[in-house]
Amino acid sequence: MVNIIWLLMLLAGIIVAGFNGHIEVVTKASLEAAQTAVNLAFELIGLMAMWLGLLKIAEEAGLVALLARLLRPFTRYLFPEIPRDHPAIGSIIMNLSANILGLGNAATPFGLKAMQELQTLNPRPGEATPAMCTFLGLNTGCLTLIPATIIGIRAAASSTDPTIIVGPTILATGFSMITAVVGDRLLRRFYNGRRG
Amino acid sequence: MTELIIEVSRWAIPLVLFFIPLYGHLRGVPVYETFVAGAEDGFKVAVKIIPFLVGMLVAIGVFRASGAMDLFARALNPVLHLIGVPGEVLPLAIMRPLSGGGALGIAAELIGNYGPDSFIGRLASVMQGSTDTTFYVLTVYFGSVGVRRYRYALALGLLADISSLIAAIVICRLMFG
Repeated sequence: MVNIIWLLMLLAGIIVAGFNGHIEVVTKASLEAAQTAVNLAFELIGLMAMWLGLLKIAEEAGLVALLARLLRPFTRYLFPEIPRDHPAIGSIIMNLSANILGLGNAATPFGLKAMQELQTLNPRPGEATPAMCTFLGLNTGCLTLIPATIIGIRAAASSTDPTIIVGPTILATGFSMITAVVGDRLLRRFYNGRRG
Repeated sequence: MTELIIEVSRWAIPLVLFFIPLYGHLRGVPVYETFVAGAEDGFKVAVKIIPFLVGMLVAIGVFRASGAMDLFARALNPVLHLIGVPGEVLPLAIMRPLSGGGALGIAAELIGNYGPDSFIGRLASVMQGSTDTTFYVLTVYFGSVGVRRYRYALALGLLADISSLIAAIVICRLMFG
């Protein structure tokens, strides 16, 4: 699926640019995007280092294990194939907590750490495991309690009530999180069936 | 309410930086050494995702800059109009899973043009706040461990995005008319 979408975006873009007579846009956009990708990765280095350092302290101090124990009923249901005390659980919980609290820049480092740990359980390293798919589904459909960035933009645009959107956002993300959990169950069954 | 949330986001990271090292110290963890040991991984992971990010951002960049994205939005417009989606927010809906920065730009523009307290302004705010940059997340997360075959992760991510989008529209219609 990702191959097809990638190809379609690229080809559709080039064809449209060609028809509109501004094909040079493609050259410019592609080279700029490549540069942006590297800049993004470099920005991530410092962020990753800081949050992974803090995460390590939290792990050594037993904070992460404490959280993992508290939330075990949920994680057992969502990730049945991850062993009980595996470190992946702690990282997944840290990532989802960061997402829920709207701490976007902490969520990515925790999420990448979780992926590394999930990868140690992967029998076919080039291919996603069901646990990874579940985790990414939860991640993109995650409940958000504090959409801080957009509140800031609304306040800057001198809204009379910048936080009026918090309630609807919680409802909408709650709904998408439920959809992600249910969808994950159905897709798991479908994929397992297909593979026999 | 606004004040409270702004205060919470101002204090969140300082509090985490205060509490975790303090707690670690009280539990006998050599905090600085442990921090450095954990931080070591940051560089490796960031470098590893570069090829994946380049691939994804180039395709998205070409799709967007060429005008193909706008064309796609206009083609979808009549269909979505039938189910009550205002055409103004469509570019935001399409941009949201592709690029976080791009979507934020569109949302800010909609809020600026229509006003933060208009229906469009509120709907754009809820949409921006409730969906995620699925393509970016998948690219970076899978890229960091070298997974190239995503199985059903993309389908599930897009399903979550579409459901929060629909929920955002329905809820805004009910609450803000």
